[in-house]
Amino acid sequence: MTSLSSLDAALLLAAAWLAIGFAGMVAPRSLRLASRVLFPAGAIVGLLLAAVALQATFATPSTRVLALGLPDLPFHARMDALSAFFLLLLGGVAAGVSTFAAGYLRADEGAPPGLHCLCYHAFLASMALVLVADDAYFFMVAWETMALSSYFLVMSEHRRAEVRRAGYLYLLIAHLGALCILLCFGALQGGTGDYTFATMRIVQEAPEWATVAFLLALAGFGAKAGIVPLHIWLPEAHPVAPSPVSALLSAVMLKIAVYGMLRVTLDLIGFPVWWWGVIALALGLVSALFGIVFAAVQTDMKRLLAYSSIENIGLVMAGFGLTLLFRGFGMGTLAALALTATLYHCLNHAFFKSLLFLATGSVLHATHERSLGRLGGLIHRMPWVAWCALIGTVAIAGLPPLNGFVSEWLLLQAFLFTPGLPQPYLNMLVPVAAAVVALAVALSGYVMVKFYGIVFLGQPRDAKLAEARDAGLWERTGLMWLAASCMALGLAPATIIGLLDPITRAFTGYGMASLAQGWLFLAPIEPQRASYSPVLFFVGAALMIAVAWLSVRLFYHGRVRRSPAWDCGYPFLNSRMQDSAEGFGQPVKVVFQPAFRIEGHAPSPFDARPRYSESAEDRLWYWLYLPVARGAERVTALVTVLQRGRISVYLMYSFATLLVLLFFVR
Amino acid sequence: MSASGIAAQFTELALAVLLAPLLTGWVNQCRAWLQNKSAPPLLQPYRTLAKLFSKEVVLAPNASPLFRAAPYLIFGCLALAAAIVPTLGTDLPLNAAADAIALVGLLALARLFISLAGMDIGTAFGTLGARREMLVGFLAEPALLMVLFTASLISHSTSLSTIVETLAHREFVIYPSLAFAGVAFTMVSLAENARIPVDNPATHLELTMIHEAMILEYSGRHLAMMEWAASLKLFVYSCMGLALFLPFGVAQGGDWLGIVLALPVLIAKLAAGGAALALIETMSAKMRIFRAPEFLGTAFLLAVLAMLVNQMLGS
Repeated sequence: MTSLSSLDAALLLAAAWLAIGFAGMVAPRSLRLASRVLFPAGAIVGLLLAAVALQATFATPSTRVLALGLPDLPFHARMDALSAFFLLLLGGVAAGVSTFAAGYLRADEGAPPGLHCLCYHAFLASMALVLVADDAYFFMVAWETMALSSYFLVMSEHRRAEVRRAGYLYLLIAHLGALCILLCFGALQGGTGDYTFATMRIVQEAPEWATVAFLLALAGFGAKAGIVPLHIWLPEAHPVAPSPVSALLSAVMLKIAVYGMLRVTLDLIGFPVWWWGVIALALGLVSALFGIVFAAVQTDMKRLLAYSSIENIGLVMAGFGLTLLFRGFGMGTLAALALTATLYHCLNHAFFKSLLFLATGSVLHATHERSLGRLGGLIHRMPWVAWCALIGTVAIAGLPPLNGFVSEWLLLQAFLFTPGLPQPYLNMLVPVAAAVVALAVALSGYVMVKFYGIVFLGQPRDAKLAEARDAGLWERTGLMWLAASCMALGLAPATIIGLLDPITRAFTGYGMASLAQGWLFLAPIEPQRASYSPVLFFVGAALMIAVAWLSVRLFYHGRVRRSPAWDCGYPFLNSRMQDSAEGFGQPVKVVFQPAFRIEGHAPSPFDARPRYSESAEDRLWYWLYLPVARGAERVTALVTVLQRGRISVYLMYSFATLLVLLFFVR
Repeated sequence: MSASGIAAQFTELALAVLLAPLLTGWVNQCRAWLQNKSAPPLLQPYRTLAKLFSKEVVLAPNASPLFRAAPYLIFGCLALAAAIVPTLGTDLPLNAAADAIALVGLLALARLFISLAGMDIGTAFGTLGARREMLVGFLAEPALLMVLFTASLISHSTSLSTIVETLAHREFVIYPSLAFAGVAFTMVSLAENARIPVDNPATHLELTMIHEAMILEYSGRHLAMMEWAASLKLFVYSCMGLALFLPFGVAQGGDWLGIVLALPVLIAKLAAGGAALALIETMSAKMRIFRAPEFLGTAFLLAVLAMLVNQMLGS
């Protein structure tokens, strides 16, 4: 590895992903080739990429000009700590998801396996290339490849109308976002006409242009990340894709958008203004609360997870906002703390969300059912999936000692320092905003109890669930890799913060690693202020549980009798008496009623076959999107005035155009 | 970490586990007196536990391993929570391992498992209880966190030991923010411990129950662990309230004499707190479950207000 820099290695591995993708086209209909050779190979490439990225974290940034691109406009690539961190995330998650996908792929489902393999690996490779791109041209090419390949993946089952609708919406918002990003780079080059990131770093834009660039980046990358109000595509597109793809979209692609935002704001612009942070913080908090409230009322398990992704991205954005706020006021150590929380949450969400999406994939294949109302009791039929999903559930609910808690802890600690902000009002209001984070985290516990309890516990709500079979070996391996990563990220935060140290050092001037109290304790700023040791915590809890269990076992008999459930003596128990997904979401629907547009239908008391229906929809559709869509339709309707369908009229248009041009050119 | 710290840690833990049923018995006794009933013996909770432990476990046929593991998990979580809250001394070895936010996380973990256990058998009441418990939880948890944050902002630390040391060693000043936080904390602990006016620990009336609905399917030693864990939870919340709002008498650092002296003070404070709880329960009526979000929403707003007052007045 002496001659091969980590940047070259990363580029080669991205090329390897592309090659694996194209190898699938050798025999597009062969399931054996794709699932037994190519996807496992893709998983190994993912692992290698993670290893390369790990090594590159502490190396000095390296750059390279590629012999690709347009004649006068070559691609520039660069690897620094930020790229390396996100490559680590991509590689680590892709290893698990590809292993799972090797067992998940079916010949008779959606696109042919070879074609699916091509799109899947092109998607992975393009995400890797976005992360190493060092000029606007390369970045946009990789970005658009990512958007298009993921569009084709979302459209795998394009014969269903809802899939086509979701895919169209996804493509539309993706392109609006790409347009904003393109304009953002235009604002960043500052009149030099040079679109390499190296120039953008040096150029000092006028403050107003920097603001324009920030707002465009916020809109462009926010559209990809699913920030409210540009989230509308996310709960449509993520659930309809095949589960491994949903996992990649939610776990990795949203993080690529976060990477773009960090790259532009902290690196290319370089001098954030404090009020940008306020905007990002506000958008993040709104997204977090919005996402989790909507997740609570969903009845489709994958939609529920998609809405929960909006919540998590909201928390990431809140951390990003705090970073900008602290950075804007020149409070470097605190900016480093907030940035650490932001990046840590990115990593955590990538692992637990892909774990849960893959678990829903296994459930979907075993039962052919996505609706929560027809699942239940799967812990008996699918114990492997159920126990792995339990780890994901505890992690995503932000509970100690797993990983979700660590990043939420760091974020709350960062909030506790906001009273020190040198700006009246802000130093009073921002600490209170921590209440919103606390509420969103507590609600995610509610949502996850609903998800896990309804899918895996209780009685089966449908007779066909009795035939459900547990996931196969490939799927199990993928799930366990991700579950183990969740545990490791939760138990060894000091190590991970060591990895983040070069990034915070580069962008805020301060590192967190020197402040960590050894590997055992996590103590940002100073240990008297706050410290948390997940290992001690875990050992303590395990010890208490073990002592309780052993002493009961030692002192008392272990007699157990099986008998029908008691249920207050009610004898006619059936599975329909359990809470449905609607029922479980009802309290949230009542508490947060103004957030929803609720349409319900209740039957009359004399109806012999009563049917109830209620839907809770997103008000933004009616307030923002449908008016815009109607406006667009009205404008396009004007074009039909021109469209006469007679060739003579069209010739006359050409003639008139020529006349006008002659007048101008003369 | 000193020898006295380790001793205080273990004494505290043993005290919590052993005395928790006594606190429940004391509250029940006070309540019976206040309601003009003849009171059950003070040691009744221990007798109940002994009886339950010796009975056999009756399990529904579709109970999963999660259902059988949950009582131990919940008991373990609450025992750890009891060890984290400083009651006798502030020099606790476990204090560096978990701060106030981790304590809230630990209580939430116990809640997650009890709710999942409630849903495991798939009975109507079990899921109903789980849903209501999570409803109470998602409003009470952020309120509790905000109460702790208010105290953290005063003491510039989320470490519970530092909070207690700061609050116990101030000269006698009334913190307006702590007054708001105190009211919020009382409301939260009533709700979290399944007390009137949110839930009634003495009823099995299906329309109103929350906690009892979740543990309806438990029997024998599992039920004993659940009951014990419920007492432990009441004990933890009482100690948390005393640590935040009446931290006097807790030994500072590694002081043997202080730890020994802290014990009778703690017992006196708990007895007074238990009597106050019985008084609140006697004087209020059980609310309809639909009113619970309002009650807890008020608690949440009060806690947020406490933080805002703290920011505005600087105390």
